[in-house]
Amino acid sequence: MTEALRREDVAHVAKLARLSLSEEELELYTEQLGQILEHANDMSTLDLEGVVPTAHPFGLINVVRDDIVRLSLSRDVVLAMAPDAEDGRFAVPRIMGEAP
Amino acid sequence: MTLPGSWEMVVGLEVHTELKTATKMFCGCANHFGAEPNTNVCPVCLGLPGSLPVLNERAVELAMAIGMALHSRIAPSTFHRKNYFYPDMPKDFQISQYDLPINSGGYLDLPDGSRVTIERAHLEEDTGKSTHLGGSGRIHGAERSLVDYNRSGVPLVEIVSGPDIRSSAQARAYAAELRGILIATGASDGRMEEGSMRIDANVSVRKSGDPFGTRCEIKNLNSLRSLHRAIDYEALRQIEVIEEGGVIRQETRHWDENLGVTSTMRTKEEAEDYRYFREPDLVDLAPEQGWQDRIRLSLPAMPAERRTKLAERLNAPTPAQLDAVGVVIDLDLEVFVNAAIDAGVDPVLAIARTANELAGGIEGIKNLTPDAFTATLLMEQSGQLSATQAKTVLGELLAHGGEPAGIVAAKGFEQLSSDSLGSTVESLIAENPDEWARYCEGDEKLAQFFIGQVMKLTKGQANGKAVIAELQTRR
Repeated sequence: MTEALRREDVAHVAKLARLSLSEEELELYTEQLGQILEHANDMSTLDLEGVVPTAHPFGLINVVRDDIVRLSLSRDVVLAMAPDAEDGRFAVPRIMGEAP
Repeated sequence: MTLPGSWEMVVGLEVHTELKTATKMFCGCANHFGAEPNTNVCPVCLGLPGSLPVLNERAVELAMAIGMALHSRIAPSTFHRKNYFYPDMPKDFQISQYDLPINSGGYLDLPDGSRVTIERAHLEEDTGKSTHLGGSGRIHGAERSLVDYNRSGVPLVEIVSGPDIRSSAQARAYAAELRGILIATGASDGRMEEGSMRIDANVSVRKSGDPFGTRCEIKNLNSLRSLHRAIDYEALRQIEVIEEGGVIRQETRHWDENLGVTSTMRTKEEAEDYRYFREPDLVDLAPEQGWQDRIRLSLPAMPAERRTKLAERLNAPTPAQLDAVGVVIDLDLEVFVNAAIDAGVDPVLAIARTANELAGGIEGIKNLTPDAFTATLLMEQSGQLSATQAKTVLGELLAHGGEPAGIVAAKGFEQLSSDSLGSTVESLIAENPDEWARYCEGDEKLAQFFIGQVMKLTKGQANGKAVIAELQTRR
């Protein structure tokens, strides 16, 4: 059995996901997410000795495609979807700092 | 560079190489450097909702080829999402391999005999490219960034070494040898200046025999020279901090090429929490033995093996000759050396002309055939051409192509080496009777006088040995 989900955990995950949650929402989601985790924890009460871990519902492996070029989108169409563009590129607010 | 006192540096490198595939890692957009911005993009590499990735078979094969060349174990692997927010990553996550990489373990032997272990070499996708605009002088005053997603989703392999490197020179040798392997396997074009190979260096220092110190990671080194300089700077910086009583904080640092310094990008306290989790849209990758065998069989000889083979054609090679062999292999020019040697050219001459003249004119190498190279060297070896003339002919071949015989005739080298040299010598004898008399009396120094005069008249195109021969027949 793992430890119960804490309010701080939810606040931390929300921060990483750039979600701004009110106190009420934090309370609500801590409870809801806690129930989901609790349900998942039920698994650990089962005797799974000898059962191979499964990470995917499909039994498939090695799904690949040939390395053949397909048509890309037209740049005009692509940039028309952007809030702002300049010199054929997406324009975004100034980036603070370098990429992680 | 030698570090002061009993300090020792400990370095591990993470080398990112873009794979030379036709298409991106998870979509059919062209993987093409230098295209007009945002012309090779689609819903998958733009991260549009509902789009689904499908793995590029060729990227898997090139990753396996790299692993095999590095003596890694090819293992069943999985893909994860590495979550972070940055404009050049439109999905807000990068698909990468995490705890189960395609290649585990391995090693790379360097020309100096040292061995660097490989921890892993895994597949991941590249990000887009952002350009940061300053605010001043622009009509729309606000500072902003422009993003091009042509590179978004280009397949990468990240090769992580063990902390086995002990000097900047060794780091450079490792990166150079690895680059040679990436080119040999066909995985990469190795063009560091185009960003197709980028290096992060983990650097720490310690007193010899002590446990490892705290490391700093220097990001995005784009040339072997930067790698070398950045590591030396960082090791000295850390030593200075420690000797002044400070402590090294684990952090990510940025190398400024112009200033020649590293500076803090972010510290461990701001450390990333990437919330890695399995990419649900991709299934596991477990190349079966038959697939692995096909890749293994298609692997060409690696640079180390090629160097050994070529060096064997030299009799007791000197260190300088071994360096020349290294240049020949680095530039993929063995075909010229081997053709010349097989046709009877002295291996020392064949390797020297390749490592100097051909390497110096490498941009024109497409104009030169092994036959033309061989023919030129045979003429030099027989004395028909002087060394200077042979180099001129090679330069001409590299610049414009053509046939050596035609160039020799056009430059007048041919006549010079037969009849005209004789008549030039005879007229000089007639014009300089005193010098000729002294030469005939046995003053050998005068041979140099005549050679000098011949060179002056022929603008340096005569063969010194041939001049002496002409003099001696008339003595």
